[in-house]
Amino acid sequence: MEYNIIVIHCRDNVGVAMEHIHPGEKAVAKGSEAFHVLEEIPSSHKVALRDIGAGEEIIKYGEVIAVSTRAIKQGEWVHTHNLESQRCGK
Amino acid sequence: MKITGYLRQNGDFGTRNHVLILPTVFCVNGVIRRIMNEVPEAVGITHDHGCGRGGRRDLQILFRILSRMVYHPNVGGVVLVGLGCEVSNTKNLWPSIKDAGKPIVIFNVQEEGGSLKTAEKAITAARRMLEEVDRQERVPMPWEKLLVSMKCGGSDAMSGVTSNAALGAVSDWLVEKGATVMIGETTEMIGTKHILKKRAKDEQVAERIEKMVEEADRLTHEIMGPLAGLVISPGNMEGGMSTIAEKSMGCILKGGSGPINQVVDYGEVPAERGLVLQDGPGSDGEAMAGLAASGSQIIFFSTGRGTPVGFPILPVIKVSSNSSIYKAMPDDMDINAGILLEGESLMVLRDQMIDLMVRVINGEKTKAESNGMDVFTFMTVHPPF
Repeated sequence: MEYNIIVIHCRDNVGVAMEHIHPGEKAVAKGSEAFHVLEEIPSSHKVALRDIGAGEEIIKYGEVIAVSTRAIKQGEWVHTHNLESQRCGK
Repeated sequence: MKITGYLRQNGDFGTRNHVLILPTVFCVNGVIRRIMNEVPEAVGITHDHGCGRGGRRDLQILFRILSRMVYHPNVGGVVLVGLGCEVSNTKNLWPSIKDAGKPIVIFNVQEEGGSLKTAEKAITAARRMLEEVDRQERVPMPWEKLLVSMKCGGSDAMSGVTSNAALGAVSDWLVEKGATVMIGETTEMIGTKHILKKRAKDEQVAERIEKMVEEADRLTHEIMGPLAGLVISPGNMEGGMSTIAEKSMGCILKGGSGPINQVVDYGEVPAERGLVLQDGPGSDGEAMAGLAASGSQIIFFSTGRGTPVGFPILPVIKVSSNSSIYKAMPDDMDINAGILLEGESLMVLRDQMIDLMVRVINGEKTKAESNGMDVFTFMTVHPPF
């Protein structure tokens, strides 16, 4: 099967789309289980690898890059509409 | 895996053995071009500096960059061409280059009878120096004597996923080997202060990181005003970047995951080994000059949109983030990290990159070297008078 998402770090809860993925299509990453995508995921954008609770950390590169502003389901698009910057974490 | 280099008097090793034709000031760039036409085996640099700026910081950078080019381990000998009345004239520069431990021949246009006569004398001197320098043989070089810089430029949405991740994997491998790895581009660290500080080897380094990133943030706001937010631009957001931390993570990834042992100033030579940060600009030309001045003998350069740039005295290995730019610019790209998107593993790519790096250290030319795509420019803080 062709891979269409890439997971950068094993801790990550988001993957990166390598091409535009449409709702209903499967997201397939090397070494992990395929799942259905729930909405349009533009190429190079993030998709939730699993259900993420409201206020949970968004992890990419194995690091916290943001915090979710609402619950996000596996297969949903993850971007500025459902996360906020957690700038500098002082 | 054995690497070799040219041993210098001070114990440094060069991955190249260049004769450098260096102007102290832009006024003599034409003389340098004449020399270059006649002695293409030497490496000539032209630049826009050397006079007309008087601020303390600009003078510090000017003298540091010029003198570090002379000191650079990849340089076996130097033909230095000055004018005479410039700020960084050969007399003023001498104290900071006299201990370089390599042949230096000096000409000043105002003393040698003008530009043509100077060029003539410098051509003879350069040819003689090439003969002398070419006699030196490569010897085995310890990994501890290697400084590799990791740079990215002309990035795309995949740079942070493929090529920078690959650079990071090579960085971790090099640090493990005992080598030094350097990354710069402070503006690209904004938003990752908390991550970098966690990795500092001690309190002092953490403090320096904090100050450096805060200053970059402040300066960005001062220069760009309300547009400072564009450091993460609408284009970045369309490309899938949601936060500045996400964008910057894709950049600092190049240095791998190890502890940060030191922060150095622009062009400063690190005292520590392992991973070192340089407080410097992200702009490709200025950044490479700072990394080179710090003693990098080789640079890995990750690019997604595709840039041809190299640096005059050191090999720059170009790593494409996607296969289409690798195919579109075959004369400029050395290796393709886009294979990660086709299912290849990071470790396989890393090993290919290490193999290429070793060959390049041992003398194989990079694309930028073969094609003469070198650029030389360095940063200033104030406008000229």
